[in-house]
Amino acid sequence: MGSYVPSTEREREEMLRAIGLERMDDLFRDVPEQVRRAAALRLPEGLSEMALRARMEALAAKNRVFPVVLRGAGAYSHYIPAIVKSVASREEFVTAYTPYQAEISQGVLQSIFEYQTMVCELTGMDVSNASVYDGASAAAEAVAMCRDRRRTAALISATAHPDTIATVQTYCRAAGVEARVVPERDGVTDLEALRAMLTPDVACVVLQSPNFYGAIEDAGAAIAAAHEAGAKAVLSCNPMAMALLRTPGELGADVAVAEGQPLGLPLSYGGPYLGIMAARQSLMRRLPGRIVGETTDVDGKRAYVLTLQAREQHIRREKAGSNICSNEALCALTAGAYLCAVGPQGLREIAQRCVDNAHYLQSALAQAGLARVGDAPFFHEFVTECPADAERLMRALEDEGILGGLPIPGGILWCATETVGRAQMDRAAEVVREVLACS
Amino acid sequence: MQLIFEKSRTGRGSAILPPSDVPAAPLPQALRRQAPLRLPEVAECDLDRHYAALARRSHGVCSGFYPLGSCTMKYNPRIDEELAQLPGFAGVHPLQPARTAEGCVEVLKEAEAALCEVTGMDAMTFQPAAGAHGEFTGLLLIQAYHRARGDAARTKILVPDSAHGTNPASAAMAGYAVVNVPSGPDGCVDLQALRAAVGPDTAGLMLTNPNTVGLFDGNILEITRIVHEAGGLCYYDGANLNAVMGIARPGDMGFDVVHLNLHKTFSTPHGGGGPGSGPVGCKAFLRDFLPDSRLGGHPGAQSVGQVRAFYGNFAVTLRALCYILTLGGPGLREASENAVLNANYMMHALKDTYDMAYDHTCMHEFVMTLEKLKHETGVSALDVAKGLLDAGIHPPTMYFPLIVHEALMVEPTETESRETLDEAVQALKDLAREAHEHPEALHARPLTAPVRRPDEVGAARNPKLRFDFA
Repeated sequence: MGSYVPSTEREREEMLRAIGLERMDDLFRDVPEQVRRAAALRLPEGLSEMALRARMEALAAKNRVFPVVLRGAGAYSHYIPAIVKSVASREEFVTAYTPYQAEISQGVLQSIFEYQTMVCELTGMDVSNASVYDGASAAAEAVAMCRDRRRTAALISATAHPDTIATVQTYCRAAGVEARVVPERDGVTDLEALRAMLTPDVACVVLQSPNFYGAIEDAGAAIAAAHEAGAKAVLSCNPMAMALLRTPGELGADVAVAEGQPLGLPLSYGGPYLGIMAARQSLMRRLPGRIVGETTDVDGKRAYVLTLQAREQHIRREKAGSNICSNEALCALTAGAYLCAVGPQGLREIAQRCVDNAHYLQSALAQAGLARVGDAPFFHEFVTECPADAERLMRALEDEGILGGLPIPGGILWCATETVGRAQMDRAAEVVREVLACS
Repeated sequence: MQLIFEKSRTGRGSAILPPSDVPAAPLPQALRRQAPLRLPEVAECDLDRHYAALARRSHGVCSGFYPLGSCTMKYNPRIDEELAQLPGFAGVHPLQPARTAEGCVEVLKEAEAALCEVTGMDAMTFQPAAGAHGEFTGLLLIQAYHRARGDAARTKILVPDSAHGTNPASAAMAGYAVVNVPSGPDGCVDLQALRAAVGPDTAGLMLTNPNTVGLFDGNILEITRIVHEAGGLCYYDGANLNAVMGIARPGDMGFDVVHLNLHKTFSTPHGGGGPGSGPVGCKAFLRDFLPDSRLGGHPGAQSVGQVRAFYGNFAVTLRALCYILTLGGPGLREASENAVLNANYMMHALKDTYDMAYDHTCMHEFVMTLEKLKHETGVSALDVAKGLLDAGIHPPTMYFPLIVHEALMVEPTETESRETLDEAVQALKDLAREAHEHPEALHARPLTAPVRRPDEVGAARNPKLRFDFA
């Protein structure tokens, strides 16, 4: 049995004696007999480290890791530079708690301050927080930032990620906010419908661009419409795309949110990921969660601290704007290290490679018989028709070590990042051609 | 030290991407960002050293004793880190066909079974990313239960005044009015006050047991009975589960819903603030209300919906499962016993020097009150905490719970040796002596940290939240 308790049997006895007790059970006299467990937990005996490793390696072997991933849909296969993993696995970062004691947490605090700055640069916004759980919950928190007593409804585009829509709906339902879904047309937000839905009770519009289908939305027009109606605009973006595309700041958004996973975080079956949140200066005090600020110490030295804490749950309790306490700090540090490792030029090149590869894949698939659905410009995802049985197509691709696009109602959602090359995409197209020929 | 932006020089960087073998597909000019992208440009060596310097200016469990009350800063096993990074887990896409992710599904199922056994629950979701997220999710279950029964009158959640701030904040997020229930002089729930507070408008009670003053509430069966008889449900905040694994289960205490903090009790590292994992367990009658992932499966008709994307912080859950498998049933109980033993050992050694808020056998943590010390010497809980920094010890939680004045909340955890506890006791005794002999010296502490008492008021008054490139 493995154990991380250093005290030996003898030391335990001595410590018990030191406090005037005889047996371990004496420590638990406050626990009523009726709830105190006589029986042991029905769990197996503990494992040695070697046995544990064998056990987990066997479980890992039951998963398939695809050498070629042509599926995104909210979780993206990007290359993670070795330096990023190395930096992010430093034990002082990994094993620290929230930096409550600023004097011995300057490293963690500075890493967050640097992260906040990088998020502002990426998104074109004024202020960033230290992160929230993921992109979907970031969108839900953003809605909470925008509502007030008069404006108690939120609009969310049908082209946002389904998990984001579902999460926003959950948070809204709980808070008594009505979440109305703006319909899509040809794979993008229906702007006419949006304008008609912008009633005086609407606090904000949540839009995603590139959207779930990969299309780059006319976010500027949607945001302008929201502002004309007195509502705020929340733009959910892809941080990788921000290297190339007009930023939420340039487009006029009031709050920018993003799933930060593309910035150096492994797929890991869905988490931990990173909720990026940034806002205009005027909304600074409505941002949820930790925020790090710069100040000076008693000797006049530059120092970093958790700040604007009067917003938070440990001070305001039920009057706080959000309940968030733990966030995704280590993921934020990882994203920061990733952005430093690739630099501005590197990020632009990786983003452009995603675009180039995705466009190559799209035309290869079209030639193989999978026509694209929709015609909006796209970043690194797009939808094709699916004239064949999607399941059969996916299995055929799997046989070649390719995780194909995600079957969705009305087609298949494909993605290409910098991790794939021409030969692999050609092979995928060939498999598609073969499957279509046999159906 | 310099910020990474101050180390940036135009043109520096690393080569990561191979040459392209597909045609360029430039995006239309109208879609392109115009704003400059001022990310750092640094050589890899300088990047490495920058983070090494930041690491030196941080304090983790790896650096020294970390008795931060309510946070369970136990040792984070290295093997679990390594296994969580196996390519066979780290490389799995959340939307892979289930037949290609059987190992991941098994991890979640095994973790669910083990944690249900530890808590006495029947089902569990791993979607919540942290404790507060779990609280919100658990309250949604309670809400869905009442609504499904057509009971719309239950609009209030009871929260003891000793509760973590997240409890009332979560209740408010779930649309509830919060009723604060005062604690009795013994730090436990005042049964009279509870009886007076419950009624047909009670949706539920949120409780931590052992509570935030480190005591096991012996009236727990009576408490949950009172709430149940009023028609409410009982929510267990699992922040303090480290005291009672294998000894008492929330399910047996009468709780209907629990959240756990895998980053506390189950040894997954806290990463300087996260990621955590806050799975929510429930009794069978609430199972149908659990969250579901819309893309990853079909949401149940009664599900409360999603609280985030996919299935939660999977790699954190995986580490927790590794920990559970390593300790096994007897090991989990051993961990709790020794966590409680260590706390009592420290408390006993300190009680002649410091006033204990509740001088009674504690669970895994105890709370000291420095009110008298402050009155006598002017030295506050904050001063003593800052003094500990010079001893290489992370201070206890300060000024919490709110019902104790000048509180220092100490949670040593089971992974600390007697020598470490003895050293911390000595350091605290030395500080008490210094408080009486040279109180002014303590106001100036710490002396050895990279910075000393940063101006927090100034930081909040003139927020500077990003590097200024100008």
